[in-house]
Amino acid sequence: MSSGEKYLAAVYLVVLATVLVYVAIISAKLARLEREVTALAERARETRG
Amino acid sequence: MAVAAAVVLVAGVALALLWAPEDADQGPSQRIFYVHVPIALTAYACFGWGAWKALRLLWTGDQRYDLESYTAVHMGTIFGTLTLVTGSIWARTSWGVWWSWGERQLVLFLILFLFYAAYFMLRFSLPDGPGRARISAVYALFGVVLIPISFLAIRLAENFIHPIVFTRDGPQMSGDMFFTFCVCLAGMVLLAGTLYLNELAGKRLDLRLRELREALELG
Repeated sequence: MSSGEKYLAAVYLVVLATVLVYVAIISAKLARLEREVTALAERARETRG
Repeated sequence: MAVAAAVVLVAGVALALLWAPEDADQGPSQRIFYVHVPIALTAYACFGWGAWKALRLLWTGDQRYDLESYTAVHMGTIFGTLTLVTGSIWARTSWGVWWSWGERQLVLFLILFLFYAAYFMLRFSLPDGPGRARISAVYALFGVVLIPISFLAIRLAENFIHPIVFTRDGPQMSGDMFFTFCVCLAGMVLLAGTLYLNELAGKRLDLRLRELREALELG
């Protein structure tokens, strides 16, 4: 693998890694929101009951 | 949109790595162009979109534009970071340096990026409410002025090493290269659009949950 090809691979990997990290962050955020919705639903049920 | 982004991006990367002709001067590293330039243009588009939403906020007073503007600036900053990183790697392989302070194009893009990075500091230093939304909108609008300056800097520079690909005579590349570039640009814009919509939905949901929590606490 030539030097140019190594840098080329590095660029594409950086972009791919960034997108994957972003998707992981979004997934973690969605999981947190889901937990919060569940907690709020329980609280609302307790308030009514 | 997510499926379209994935399909077009995979097609763009395949075209860039396997189909587009190799540049006689730069060799394989020229293929960085198909990622770096679309990312940079997408960053400009995100900042521009953020400024447009900021203008709508100031014009109409509708608070929903605040979150839209903020999300667009958020996306622009991510794509701006990628522009700097991919550009730096390309500079290392083409010019032998990671960064050149003598290049107006690079320095102006860095200024634009830092300006929008400071947007977050300003935004989170202010209390939540219409005042913060207005000040953030004015700041986002000021930043958009830097986009044409950053874009034109390369054309005004006299001793540059950063290449000019798009001139008044059209794109300075073969038809195959230009087609590949267009596919990559479309893929990157679709990716930004997908991430923007997801981020916006998440932020809206977060906001509504906070309101619901407050309502439950008060009730």
